Amino acid sequence: MAALMLAVRDARNEVAFAALFSHFAPRVKAFLIRSGTARGLAEECTQEVMASVWTKAHLFDPTRASVATWIFTIARNRRIDVLRRERRPEPEDLTWGPEAEPDQIDALALQQDSVALGRALESLPAKQRELIEKAYFGDLSHSEIAEITGLPLGTIKSRIRLALDRLRHALA
Amino acid sequence: MIIKHHLTDKLLTAYAAGTLPEAFGLVVAAHLSLCVDCRAQAAALDCVGGAVLDGCEAAALAEDSFAATMARIKSAKDVDRVSQGSDTHGNEPAGVLPKPLRDYIGGDLDKVQWRPAGGGVRQAILPTGHGASARLLHIPAGTALPDHGHRGMELTLVVCGAFRDQTDRFGPGDVEVADQDLKHTPVADIGADCICLAATDAPLRFSGLLPRIAQPFLRI
Repeated sequence: MAALMLAVRDARNEVAFAALFSHFAPRVKAFLIRSGTARGLAEECTQEVMASVWTKAHLFDPTRASVATWIFTIARNRRIDVLRRERRPEPEDLTWGPEAEPDQIDALALQQDSVALGRALESLPAKQRELIEKAYFGDLSHSEIAEITGLPLGTIKSRIRLALDRLRHALA
Repeated sequence: MIIKHHLTDKLLTAYAAGTLPEAFGLVVAAHLSLCVDCRAQAAALDCVGGAVLDGCEAAALAEDSFAATMARIKSAKDVDRVSQGSDTHGNEPAGVLPKPLRDYIGGDLDKVQWRPAGGGVRQAILPTGHGASARLLHIPAGTALPDHGHRGMELTLVVCGAFRDQTDRFGPGDVEVADQDLKHTPVADIGADCICLAATDAPLRFSGLLPRIAQPFLRI
């Protein structure tokens, strides 16, 4: 998936985009429906989300997110915008310094971690997995959300932490 | 900046899931702009969202879905050409306030429209959506906020200076997460004025009579 996304980002490759579309568009639509979006609106929003995947491709950074994660963030923000008519405050942009180019090996490792995370989610006991899904479908308020357990989040966190540390920015 | 008090995992999960009221989201985004550790955790929690999305059973698309998406892309390109140049992509100079806060104020600290809030304290209410409210507070050095408890949740992020309450001292970048169980009297450090961003999802519970009378006017 990351290779397809990079072909969209760097070569504006429409064949690669079509492949991404056939995998992700039906899932984005399912995600939006599960999140309480009416079917017709979900189709429209899915098209908008997938169009953003093309138009915002330059923002995709494989050392910081898998394609699924990146598309999830676009779909989530669209949902907040459509269902709550609010915007989501985003943290300050971080930009790569000249000496800290994103590393291909880091990117590959993060993609592998993401696959492992997906498998771990699938193999959780049904009840635990449903709670996590409910949280992400927006069915739980912030006071109802429980701490996520049973997923290898520490691995991914430390991987992303390394990537963030290499960013040229006045972060603490 | 050494940050000692971080966001809770529950808050970061709600932020990743997109269910935090905007005012709390603003505190989270401001803290994430200052704290690499929470930012990495927030990104890890986004990955869970990616896994949830990827695990969704495919829904049937409209027949012309792909063609319609390509048409949207073509028309977006035309709009892009018109609006180019207005994009301020990361070229802004760094300010005193974290970027997400500057977005809500429309500038840095010098652009804040302060209003008196009693006892030398000044406040500026920020325009956020329903469910919770956010305000910037300017507390003169050595000044105490009125003793108060909480009916819901209160998040307080220190932007500059520091304050201390019954639980600990909070410096720049620190977040205090207060709920019904905490009753406190925050006092700004004697050395410098304290500016913090506070968000609440229910009116505060003041102990004193005067703050209680003033409360509706101050919208706290």
